[in-house]
Amino acid sequence: MATIALEGLVKQYGKATVVHGIDLHIRDGEFVVLVGPSGCGKSTTLRMIAGLEDISAGTIKIGDRVVNEAEPKDRNIAMVFQNYAIYPHMSVAQNIGFGLYKSTLPEREKRARISEAARVLGLDALLDRRPSQLSGGQRQRVAIGRAMVRDPTAFLFDEPLSNLDAQLRAQMRIEIKKLHQRLGKTIVFVTHDQVEAMTMADRIVVMRDGRILQVGTPMDLYENPADIFTARFIGSPAMNLLPARLTADADGVRAELPELGASLTLGRFPRDEVTGSQAFIGVRPHDLVVGRHDGQGLTLTGRVSIVEPLGSETLVHIDVAGIPIIASAPGRAIPKVDDLVGVHALTGSLYLFDAETERALCRV
Amino acid sequence: MSPNDRSLKARHQAFPIHPGRIFTWTLLFLGGVVMVTPILFMLSTSLKDASQVYDLRLIPEAPSLDNYKVVLSDGRFLRWFLNSVIVAVCVTLSNVFFDSLVGYTLAKFQFRGRYLVFLAILSTLMIPTEMLVIPWYLMASSFGWIDSYWGIMFPGMMTAFGTFLMKQFFETVPDEFLEAARVDGLNEFTIWWRVAMPLVTPALSALAIFTFLGNWTAFFWPLIVTNSRELYTLPIGLSSFAVEQAIQWEMIMTGASLATIPTLIVFLLLQRYIVRGVMLAGLKG
Ligand SMILES: Nc1ncnc2c1ncn2[C@@H]1O[C@H](COP(=O)(O)OP(=O)(O)OP(=O)(O)O)[C@@H](O)[C@H]1O
Ligand SMILES: [Mg+2]
Repeated sequence: MATIALEGLVKQYGKATVVHGIDLHIRDGEFVVLVGPSGCGKSTTLRMIAGLEDISAGTIKIGDRVVNEAEPKDRNIAMVFQNYAIYPHMSVAQNIGFGLYKSTLPEREKRARISEAARVLGLDALLDRRPSQLSGGQRQRVAIGRAMVRDPTAFLFDEPLSNLDAQLRAQMRIEIKKLHQRLGKTIVFVTHDQVEAMTMADRIVVMRDGRILQVGTPMDLYENPADIFTARFIGSPAMNLLPARLTADADGVRAELPELGASLTLGRFPRDEVTGSQAFIGVRPHDLVVGRHDGQGLTLTGRVSIVEPLGSETLVHIDVAGIPIIASAPGRAIPKVDDLVGVHALTGSLYLFDAETERALCRV
Repeated sequence: MSPNDRSLKARHQAFPIHPGRIFTWTLLFLGGVVMVTPILFMLSTSLKDASQVYDLRLIPEAPSLDNYKVVLSDGRFLRWFLNSVIVAVCVTLSNVFFDSLVGYTLAKFQFRGRYLVFLAILSTLMIPTEMLVIPWYLMASSFGWIDSYWGIMFPGMMTAFGTFLMKQFFETVPDEFLEAARVDGLNEFTIWWRVAMPLVTPALSALAIFTFLGNWTAFFWPLIVTNSRELYTLPIGLSSFAVEQAIQWEMIMTGASLATIPTLIVFLLLQRYIVRGVMLAGLKG
């Protein structure tokens, strides 16, 4: 059983608190991704799980055992470090094999594991090289290899793909996913990259300033972000946010977007007391489509400033009364720069956020 | 001619040798001459016979290896040579081991009183050897260590300088290397031995060379602590050539020439490890 449970986990460096009481239960065999901006405490959390950092308060349980005081070597965890930390005095093969230093496997089995890891990571031809003769991406793969050959209760990855090119990164994503499916081990994976988070995670943990903002499956976070930060972090390009003012009339609540010359009927609204307050309407570029629609929803008009054709669709940057907005155009219908275009988002694809607390209010 | 050679040549023509450079080279050359001359005279004298010792020509009139035959067939010389080897090797190994063990602990572990321990070790650097000889001698005599190998070796088995040197070097070893090994299940001693030590080989070689040379040429303490001729180290044995009968310079020079061989071997063996900048290859950045 390799559940990992963090309860009220706190980390302080002197007077500075960098992790503020995190609660997180990671199930056995789950692939959990920690995301968040730089300095939010992702590495610190991971290092506390590994036992490399003393914890200031709270408990960490691996399986049923409280490991607060356990040495890293007694936790049987494999970790890939943000800056690789592969040993310069050893060859690639020795570095990968170092993960098996404590293992009691027969020599033949060890060698088989090393060459299997090297094959998966595309390092077969480099086994005799020294780290100084490798590129950054190759070093990073060696570091992953050192963790892969082990048989730990859980893997911890700290941004292991950050130095790879786009193609290799996509490939390594798949390899790590395969590793996860094959071994069924618990994985905690830290990344900056929301695509990595979305594609790999069973559950994503969004962190900010040492706190957890939201935990959920990728689709959950995409569909129901708890606040503006998560909404903008998950999904690419980031969600558009339009300042609005909520008013009530006979039909229910309306959102006025005076600067943009638009308004929106929200209908029945769960919390009347927000009436009169400031809000943000969020709409994902994918849902904001160039062209006129008849359906209910939000319609805006603006001038095209940049177009980014992606093949399957085109991202259209438009300027609506001074506010830059990203919309999308399907297929081959690519608008021209400086054209005046209308964009439309259907009811049901819009998000409403409180401007003050930045919390999500509802979907509309 | 590769393009590289050509550009080098072009540069030579475009930038004539700077006068300051000539001055530097001249100084360095003179310094070199001053260093090398005694060694050349030592070698040259060892090839002369007794009657020619005061003939100051560098190339002996009738060079012969007779002196070497005499010295090497004299059992005493070989004994002293062996004594020196034993002492220098043991002390060097001990220093490499213990200095780096303590240096590593001071550099990489946070514990109460760490700074105090470091200061205490460092402060011993400020006490000159001459002041320590009498306490050492009293200590050795009350433990019964006078006139033994251990008596010669014990004051140098660990040095404050070596500890300081190793501490400074271990501080440059990034913690991630040690942490990665910790996560992989190694115990602290293995981490030190298998991960940290290989990363500071340049410092270890430098320490080994210094310690070996220092002990190979040590004179004062071995002279005081030894009584019997069988325990003399080479420098003391050679100097006893001088007091015995008339000073036999050619024999002393022959012994001294032979004595340089191990130091050369140690230096040649270890200096190739003094390559800097190996460590950073394992980290990002
Ligand atoms: N040894 C330390 N002493 C004091 N503060 C520290 C120490 N280590 C980390 N911090 C602080 O803790 C916070 C969290 O650091 P951490 O390395 O966990 O961030 P991160 O989320 O991994 O960021 P990144 O994505 O840039 O790697 C940072 O604000 C950092 O300045
Ligand atoms: Mg980090």
